[in-house]
Amino acid sequence: MLLIKLIPLFPLIGFLINGLGFRKVSKGLAGWIGTGAALLSFVGAFSAYQAFIAGGQLPIIVNIFNWITVGTLNINFSFQIDQLSILMLFVVTGVGTLIHVYSMGYMHDDEGFGKFFAFLNLFLFSMLLLVMGSNYIIMFIGWEGVGLCSYLLIGFWNKNFEYGNAARKAFIMNRVGDLGFLIGIFLIINQFGTVEYLQVFDKAKGLTVGDATIVAITAFLFIGAMGKSAQIPLYTWLPDAMAGPTPVSALIHAATMVTSGLYMIVRSNILYTLAPGTLEVVAWVGVATALFAATIGIFQNDIKKVLAYSTVSQLGYMFMAMGVSAYTSGFFHVVTHAFFKALLFLGAGSVIHAMSGEQDIRRMGGLGGKIKITAITFLIGTIAISGIPPFAGFFSKDEILAHVYEHNKFMWVLAVAGSMMTAFYMFRLYFLTFTGSFRGTHEQEHHLHESPISMTLPLMVLAGFSIVGGFIGMPEIFHFPHALSEFMNPLYEGSKAVNPEFGGTPIDHSSEWMLMGISVVAAVVSIVYAYSKFGGSKNVPAEDSEITGLQKTIYNKYYIDEAYWGIFVNPVKRLSNVFANIIEPKGFDGAVNGIGGFVNTFSGVARKLQAGGTGFYLFAMVIGIAVILGINLGYQVLESILAFVGKK
Amino acid sequence: MLALTLILIPLIGSLVLLLLKGSSVSSSKNTALVVSLATFAVAIYAFTTFSTQTTIGVKYSWMKDLNINFHISIDGISLLLVFLTAFLVPLIITSTFKHTYKNHASFYALILLAETALMGVFMARDIFLFYFFYEAALIPVYFIAAIWGGKDAPRITFKMFVYTIFGSLFMLVALVYLYMKGASADIDQLATTAKLLSSNAQNLLFWAFFIAFAIKMPVLPFHTWQPDAYSESPTPATMLLSGLLSKMGVYGLIRIMLPLAPVGVANWGQFGMILSIIGLIYGSIIAIQQNNIKRLIAYSSFAHMGLMAAGVLSGNINGIQGALLQMVAHGVNAVGLFFIVKIIYDRTGTRDLTALGGITQKTPALSIYFMIIMLGSVALPLTNGFVGEFLLLKGIYDKNAWLGGFAGLTIILGAVYMLRLMQRSMFGESNDITAKFKDVSGSEVAVLLPIVAIVLIMGLFPNVFLKITEPAVNNILQMMK
Repeated sequence: MLLIKLIPLFPLIGFLINGLGFRKVSKGLAGWIGTGAALLSFVGAFSAYQAFIAGGQLPIIVNIFNWITVGTLNINFSFQIDQLSILMLFVVTGVGTLIHVYSMGYMHDDEGFGKFFAFLNLFLFSMLLLVMGSNYIIMFIGWEGVGLCSYLLIGFWNKNFEYGNAARKAFIMNRVGDLGFLIGIFLIINQFGTVEYLQVFDKAKGLTVGDATIVAITAFLFIGAMGKSAQIPLYTWLPDAMAGPTPVSALIHAATMVTSGLYMIVRSNILYTLAPGTLEVVAWVGVATALFAATIGIFQNDIKKVLAYSTVSQLGYMFMAMGVSAYTSGFFHVVTHAFFKALLFLGAGSVIHAMSGEQDIRRMGGLGGKIKITAITFLIGTIAISGIPPFAGFFSKDEILAHVYEHNKFMWVLAVAGSMMTAFYMFRLYFLTFTGSFRGTHEQEHHLHESPISMTLPLMVLAGFSIVGGFIGMPEIFHFPHALSEFMNPLYEGSKAVNPEFGGTPIDHSSEWMLMGISVVAAVVSIVYAYSKFGGSKNVPAEDSEITGLQKTIYNKYYIDEAYWGIFVNPVKRLSNVFANIIEPKGFDGAVNGIGGFVNTFSGVARKLQAGGTGFYLFAMVIGIAVILGINLGYQVLESILAFVGKK
Repeated sequence: MLALTLILIPLIGSLVLLLLKGSSVSSSKNTALVVSLATFAVAIYAFTTFSTQTTIGVKYSWMKDLNINFHISIDGISLLLVFLTAFLVPLIITSTFKHTYKNHASFYALILLAETALMGVFMARDIFLFYFFYEAALIPVYFIAAIWGGKDAPRITFKMFVYTIFGSLFMLVALVYLYMKGASADIDQLATTAKLLSSNAQNLLFWAFFIAFAIKMPVLPFHTWQPDAYSESPTPATMLLSGLLSKMGVYGLIRIMLPLAPVGVANWGQFGMILSIIGLIYGSIIAIQQNNIKRLIAYSSFAHMGLMAAGVLSGNINGIQGALLQMVAHGVNAVGLFFIVKIIYDRTGTRDLTALGGITQKTPALSIYFMIIMLGSVALPLTNGFVGEFLLLKGIYDKNAWLGGFAGLTIILGAVYMLRLMQRSMFGESNDITAKFKDVSGSEVAVLLPIVAIVLIMGLFPNVFLKITEPAVNNILQMMK
């Protein structure tokens, strides 16, 4: 049990050492402390897994202390180790460790090196609380904690005012979601009298599908998920979050934090199964986000922005899976996406590193020959996300598409369209960056170099997982066991209990072959089309000033940011000014003008006191005596009144 | 005896200071600090030895024929606020160490007098004793603000003085009325009397108490004295007002209004909640565009007080426990934030956000302290603001889900104005004004470090505080039945 407690403690200690000793700990040491803490947590995850297996795969609850007790509500600071938390532990600490290693190279010349590792460790700590907590409140601690770290790391280079704005935007939009999450928690407390997962889910088994309170609970929790996992309408912070250092984009804004919303839904699967209405909303929000973000991704020219919109879009797919009750499939995509998207972001970081900070793919081209490891691993990531077998993304995406097909054919058509766009914009990105001839400045060309081993090693490891990671969930028709599904099955006991149809009948093999064929062919067609347009950097996207029409609208992200600004931000600012400059002085203060006049008359008296000295003390004494006498007088008056009343 | 010591130590300290008027500045400062620390030591002792079984308190006959007593007693609620007062006063005194005030002996004597009265308010069990201390607490703070404040201070603080005294008159009338009905000045006994009153009388009592305490806190629409008073007063007075005196209002709602006007609260409580929550949103929105940091924090305080008032008025255990915890959290954080404003002002001569920026490059330490206190203020989990705000919102939500939702906007709006404050002052490029910003000094750390420690300790172990107050809160809820 001690080992389980240590898992989040390591990064916390790492944070404290690097955070408090930011001037004393040397650069080399700070990197090793941060990375070491992440690695120790990763090792801890293995021991947690062993303990879990040894305990017969039953949830292990580790109670640390009593955190909040009010009335009958008792909230423990405790952890729960089960299938879901173990899987998340592996992803978070595994990918986390690799990104720490990478950061030692990437951030090497940054003056805030120690601070960076302190923040990364604090993030790991928060993320571990989020996935290890045994109740919704601990999840919420982690939930807000990762939001804080995201804010700190997006605004890491805090001299830049724009970056600071991006950081604030992320925090505030997440808070909008958090309010929903909080109300969801209130509803849970009132319905179940507890926030502990095991107790809540146990009590939920007695409810019927469609229960109104559960629909409300799941809907409010989902608002939280929209914020954290960047779904429409709360997604606009994620592309801006690319202001943070690239390892941050890989770890927080691709592999781990943004998948919190999905973790929450899988964790609460029984509640969502009880609320088919909410699930339908989740599915359509997922579809809409997947498609919408993909169209924006097609026209972006900043290497990180393309990946950011791709992340938003892929998260949409995962929510789509949740919406059609394919929890395992959605979670499968969480895992594979963590591999290939972390790989792609780190690859992008390596490119930016090589290009001396350049992020515009119009200024790149032909890098394939110069930075080979980066190019090859990036290609692997690109193939994986495009859904080409047998790479990791193929299996998870295919599984989602099959479940969507069962649920709603039209939705499936939209999903396939989205995945065609994915393959297109990703290969557009690849071709423009790595093929053709170099389009940057001479100086950049002169400095082109492959990244150090600390950066390429994580790329190679992640590339390996992007190739083989999908084998944990092979489709039935391949006659291999679906290891992930078998492992996760016990998590859905409650869902099965409340809805006997849960899990459904698998689609027949011929349809499955057909669906698989269609999605592979669609992806290949997209890739070929991307090659015909951008292969060898044949066409380079137009400069910003030359973009017109619909393309301009999409390039500018449909002006959604501007719309939000116009609908929410500006009116609130105007309101603030009206309140401060008109309502305050003329409204409320005007109402007490009667007293104001009185005050003015006497302020002359008060002003005389400013001189201090004897006058002041006299005045003080008078007031003091007056108060005491006043009370005494009151008593005397009272006494006579009482005597009078008494006589009556 | 313990309870009496808490009043006597600062009282004697202030008298000593006045007697030693001719002595040096440093001896005034040190005397004040030692006295306040001694009070804090007694408070710590009370805190650690507290048990709900034994009563700490004394009762002397004051006006025998009238059955009015000098009755002070410490239950969990009193203890929490005694602790807050005893914790903050030494910090407020230390925060002045870089300055030399004219008439320093009087200055520090007044701070200790304020502490004396505050201790009295939080321990009094007799309504007239309560009233006496309640009024007495304002007088020293008024003089500090008026005499050592800016050029507008006399006018603005006089407005505050008259406004709050005016509000207290309502309370006095209500107290006298209850006293006449019950022939007792004991709060517990009057609670029994109050139940026998007509619904109309209860409603009047509610309004009398609510107006008095709402002005003190303040709650919309009785807040107009506050932003000016907070921003024009010298920082020690602002700290006393925002950190401690405003808490007398919330305390009064809990200690006086809930048990003495339970029917009135049942009838009008929701209306009061609506006012408080409108004030919360209104104040937060004003804070968003403020460029004067002191005013920004003043409006933020106003917003926080609204949430506390709404929580108390919800009349359930979550709301009251949340309000109690939040009183401590807000008291500590407000003092911390106003101190940081003072640090910035002392070094740059401005409180204008548009003129600042880049301070973190000059002093990372200050920005770390600022960040942690700010996180407490925006109620991030594991800081002191979270548990209080969580319970407050839960309490309000349980009373009325819609009000809970609106009150919940605080977690968004709070982040909006606090992050803006952080970014404009600490981040960005440094400029001519902030280029020579000096790192925090020893005496500044001595103020900031305990505050940051409390932010984290309360966030991690809220049960230490909740368990102390819960029996007393249950007691009050019982009295309301």
